[in-house]
Amino acid sequence: MASIGAVATAPLRARKAGENSPASIGFLVTLWVAVAVAMICLLTLLVTAFVDGYPRLDGALFTRYSSRVIPETAGARAAILGSMWVIGTTALLAIPLGIAAGVYLEEFADEQRWYNRLIEVNLQNLAAVPAIVYGMLTAGFALAIGLERRVVLAGAIALSLLILPVIIITTREALRAVPAEIRQGSLALGATPLQTVWRQTLPSALPGVATGTILALSRALGEAAPLLLLGGLVFVSYDPNGLMSGFTTLPIQIFSWTGQPQEEFQELASAAIIVLLGLLLLMNALAIIIRNRYQRHW
Amino acid sequence: MTSLRPGRSGPPDGPSIRRQSPRYGERAVMALLLAAGALSVVVTVGIVVALLFPALDFFREIPVWEFLSGTRWAPTFADPSFGVWPLITGTIWTTVIGLLVAVPIGLAAAIYLAEYADPRVRKVLKPALEVLAGIPSVVYGYFALVFVAPELLNDLLHVEVGTYSVLAAGLVLGIMIIPTIASLSEDSLTAVPQSLRQGSLALGANRMRTTLRVVFPAAISGIAASVVLGLSRAVGETMIVALAAGTQAQVVSSPTTPGQTMTGYIAQTATGESTPGTLTYNTLFAVGLLLFAITLVINIISIRLVRRFREAY
Repeated sequence: MASIGAVATAPLRARKAGENSPASIGFLVTLWVAVAVAMICLLTLLVTAFVDGYPRLDGALFTRYSSRVIPETAGARAAILGSMWVIGTTALLAIPLGIAAGVYLEEFADEQRWYNRLIEVNLQNLAAVPAIVYGMLTAGFALAIGLERRVVLAGAIALSLLILPVIIITTREALRAVPAEIRQGSLALGATPLQTVWRQTLPSALPGVATGTILALSRALGEAAPLLLLGGLVFVSYDPNGLMSGFTTLPIQIFSWTGQPQEEFQELASAAIIVLLGLLLLMNALAIIIRNRYQRHW
Repeated sequence: MTSLRPGRSGPPDGPSIRRQSPRYGERAVMALLLAAGALSVVVTVGIVVALLFPALDFFREIPVWEFLSGTRWAPTFADPSFGVWPLITGTIWTTVIGLLVAVPIGLAAAIYLAEYADPRVRKVLKPALEVLAGIPSVVYGYFALVFVAPELLNDLLHVEVGTYSVLAAGLVLGIMIIPTIASLSEDSLTAVPQSLRQGSLALGANRMRTTLRVVFPAAISGIAASVVLGLSRAVGETMIVALAAGTQAQVVSSPTTPGQTMTGYIAQTATGESTPGTLTYNTLFAVGLLLFAITLVINIISIRLVRRFREAY
């Protein structure tokens, strides 16, 4: 007990600065709690939807149309088909445009030019514009060119504009990951810059592009806000049969059913949520398979 | 030119590079690619034009000042009033509640994933967060209306809320933007070089101090940008607030009351019958223009933040 000071400070230091000090442990516990809360939210959400919707996950859900009055036998047939039509058309519009813009910006654009910098900043901005604004743009555009607002084509245009920035950004990231040697090798063998992109760079980047594109399309599949601006769309009781056909989609149908006061409609909504989440899961699984099987690491 | 330079291998009288065929096809394809790139600018101009013209029609009848300062929003009533303040208070409440949920949880999850988590735990948690990010917002809206308001708030926590409240909408909005904040923040934490951590640990700091005093400040620009992006998503989110916040446009003074946000108003009015050209239809675009302006300012702040504080390692 000669040096009281030394004895007292050593444990004090350990308590204040060591890995096992109360503050450190408290900090780590706080982090755990936060992560646990996020995971519990996810689980609760999924369990709620499944428990509520499972009894209504029957044949009628897939074969019958929606109804204003009899929720017990109503189905989401028109919405499921409508979603497929709209997403298919969106893919045809958005994928070529997005990849072309991504290729231009990553491979050919001279960053010193003012217009290329403008496109760059503008793209960052567009990616964060609220989804509903794209609906307003499409409604205005349809009105200006005399296109009926409530058709598959209008819905696909709205969703294409929404996901275009996402596709462009993921295309660029995939192209950036292709090593410069591949381009240089191709150019050295006499290929033109465009042949280089078409035969070497783009095929090498394709797995990354495909993954990002599928994820963007799955975002479009779940999005309802821009389509609300196209009007009505709720109680559709026929199969969409073309680009100029009226339609509804799964998210819109879920929105409409959830807003109804009767409990049966809520059940129907949760059954439709299960279908929607199932479709999204399929698309995500596809993206992951492509990423794992085909992505090359240089 | 180059082919005639002495010492260069190859036949001097062969076809020179200059005289190769003029590839008009390639020029055309390049022009198409440029057009696709320029389309994004066209879209922005289109948004501004599409919002501005109906909004100008609206402001011809209702002065801008009355729109921005009025405290009663009743566009379809017999005695209509067009003060947007109630919609703004609705948006502020849901956004603030959302950020109060998402910022602490999102940042804590990011710190845990970047600094503490075992690689095996990371392998499970990261995809789980991605699932959370991939769930459509209408599903979150259903969750707010069917579970959070009646079961979590009323039964479990004994908070008296009705079917619709800015509290339930805000809480679920927060859950929705957790992954945005978590994954972007985690990226910027992981980008901090290992040497900074090692230096701090070598000087005797423990992991908590290293994380809070060294790694976190070094990543602050990315973290701030993630929070600002979360803010912009919260302001623009539509389906959750349209389902769970309510449709009464009133100045919201307490989180347990219903209220309508800017996006909620647009969604509600757009789903009803609104004929293009009418004053009601034009109110949509006036509110939409305000929403676009607000998110534009937020986005510009976010882009600036990343640029100004970016630390080059």
